[in-house]
Amino acid sequence: MAERRTVFPGVVLPLLLVAPQLLLTAVFFLWPAGQAIWSSMTRQDAFGLRSEFVGGENFSDLFSDPLYLDSVVRTAGFCVAVAVLAMGVALLLAVFTDREIRGRGVYRTLLIWPYAIAPAMAAVLWILVLHPQVGLLGRWLNRHGFAWDYKLRDGQAMSVVILASAWKQVSYDFIFFVAGLQAIPRSVVEAARMDGARGWRRFRTITLPLLAPTTFFLLVVNLVYAAFETFGTIQALTGGGPGKATETLVVKVYRDGVVNLDLGSSSAQSVVLMVAVVLLTMVQFRFLGRRNAD
Amino acid sequence: MKRRDLMSAAAALSAMPFAARAQGAVTKVTFWHSMSAALGEEVNRMCAGFNTSQGAVEITPVFKGSYPETLTAAIAAWRAGQAPHLVQMFEVGTGSMLAAGPAVKQAWELAKETGIEIDPQRYIPAVRGYYSLPDGRLASTPFNSSTPMMWYNKDAFEKAGLDPAKPPVTWDEVVKATQAIKSKAAAPIASTSSWFSWIQFETYGAMHDLPFATKENGFAGLDTQLEINKPAYVKQLSRILEMSKEGLFKYTGRDNAPDPLMISGQSAISFNSSGMRGDMVKSAKFAWAEAFLPYDQEITQSPLNSIIGGASLWAMTAPNRSVAEYKGVAAFLNYLSQPAQDEAWHERTGYVAVTPAGFEKARADGFYRENPGADLPIEQLARGTMTPSSKGLRLGRMPEIRNIIYEEVEKAFQGQQTAQAALDSAVARGNRVLRDFERQNKA
Repeated sequence: MAERRTVFPGVVLPLLLVAPQLLLTAVFFLWPAGQAIWSSMTRQDAFGLRSEFVGGENFSDLFSDPLYLDSVVRTAGFCVAVAVLAMGVALLLAVFTDREIRGRGVYRTLLIWPYAIAPAMAAVLWILVLHPQVGLLGRWLNRHGFAWDYKLRDGQAMSVVILASAWKQVSYDFIFFVAGLQAIPRSVVEAARMDGARGWRRFRTITLPLLAPTTFFLLVVNLVYAAFETFGTIQALTGGGPGKATETLVVKVYRDGVVNLDLGSSSAQSVVLMVAVVLLTMVQFRFLGRRNAD
Repeated sequence: MKRRDLMSAAAALSAMPFAARAQGAVTKVTFWHSMSAALGEEVNRMCAGFNTSQGAVEITPVFKGSYPETLTAAIAAWRAGQAPHLVQMFEVGTGSMLAAGPAVKQAWELAKETGIEIDPQRYIPAVRGYYSLPDGRLASTPFNSSTPMMWYNKDAFEKAGLDPAKPPVTWDEVVKATQAIKSKAAAPIASTSSWFSWIQFETYGAMHDLPFATKENGFAGLDTQLEINKPAYVKQLSRILEMSKEGLFKYTGRDNAPDPLMISGQSAISFNSSGMRGDMVKSAKFAWAEAFLPYDQEITQSPLNSIIGGASLWAMTAPNRSVAEYKGVAAFLNYLSQPAQDEAWHERTGYVAVTPAGFEKARADGFYRENPGADLPIEQLARGTMTPSSKGLRLGRMPEIRNIIYEEVEKAFQGQQTAQAALDSAVARGNRVLRDFERQNKA
């Protein structure tokens, strides 16, 4: 494999060129992460006037708290649901726009737009559609006898939150799937068609396997998105309620840290999340690195 | 230009603000608050009035979001050494602010240091009791105090065959009224309630002389425990759950999310803050009235006072904050408590007049003749003789405890648990929070 390497005479110039990025990383990532780790090992009052070093006690309290474990299971279910829904719909749409149809470019452009919407705005849009008293669809459902109230029913709240989160991610997945489909050599598809394989068979035996690297990459991205970037959407839609029905791990970090001002526990939770992300990313690099080396 | 000239010019420019201050310019004071919409305009009006009434101090109000958001912002700002001079803190944040030590300057301390008097006796007992230390010294200054009331739609009452001039007085009568409303379909929702914990548990406990927590509701010590799983509270929650099952009550969300349902006329009866009056006057398109909260005649025949909601004003410290700035804060606090200002704030919002003088002035000016029912909140607050259970609450991390109560109650409304189970769970979880707070503040 030919790697392009730039060789610098000396050390000072490369260091200077890299320094701004290193500074940004240090100030915006390493420093807060270090603070979080330190804070996760203390118990302090809201104003930070009294701080007690407690080592791993926040962590042991966390893992023995049934509510936290509930939240972990809930988040796992939520992430899988969002990933499957977003990727499934995106793949379907990508396959449809892969054909030679009129206005393909227009469809593709329009399908990408939701990605530009801020998470909280997406939530507001869905509220205007689904709110039991104010939303178009919400009122229609209630008028026709269906007891729709996601502010009060656990299951409905979870579906609404999954729907709003997945909707935003469809665009991102769509782009990658379109690119992935275009990378499949036409000759392979033609050969299969000449051998008599029909649409679904072709899709199952040729398209899907050749899309596997894209699918795996998107799976990790979607899981991370669902676990972390959906905070704005969930907070604006249900605030974690009713009860704790939509309180995923990120929402719990916010609730415990900002609202309840329990900084030790909140920091411990964010450290756990940080470790999870690191592991996920390591797995992803490992797998993709190995594929690239083939 | 030579570099040397540029440097000296820059140095001169940066020294100017200090020069201006040294000349005795206006003392600037910042005030962070959570009053949105019409209430926010009122705050701006009060601050503008203060600024024009004298030239030494200029106060700038800043809207910081909801009460919890303002609490978080104030804490973060203090940690960064940039706390505002005055912050509006909701009543359930009182416990946290009292434990804030050097971060706040309590009212009595402010008065002592600046020589400007802030007299606790100026305020009505139900209001000042909530914000005072056990020995009577004032910790924070009352500002906007509300109390929960029962609001009802007179048009819906007529449609249901009920007398709009005689609202229900006991909970049994409320049940009968909602049954009539439901049978005649007089309104889409027979009854609902905002602030479920504040109104149906905290205020309910005070009115019926039931302790919400041990140690005089937390006033007498940090080692307090919740008492809301006792039979009287279970009966209250069971009653409302029964009503909900029969379609006589609908739970419609936390805090003041249910307010719009009353204002828009969708709910015939509603339990909300007296502070909703301003919005009702402005936006309700039907005949309405407010009334005393209903009581349970099997527990008591003469209900006591209700407790306040709303917020008070806390002075905060910062490094290098001058005595002149604290004097400015004290001057503003005194301005707010003058009868004219208290009356104006009370009349334009739904909050009660926190000083007897303000209340008398409003009565003398005929406000209650023109606005029948606007004097009921104060009457309800002053009713009966205050007991340790009706003084209010002083529990640390109360916002979190309220959220716990919301969660358990919401599960009960979905039929996932009984009233007793919900309140037992709320007490267990709430006590854990109280023990945490006690541990964090034992110093």
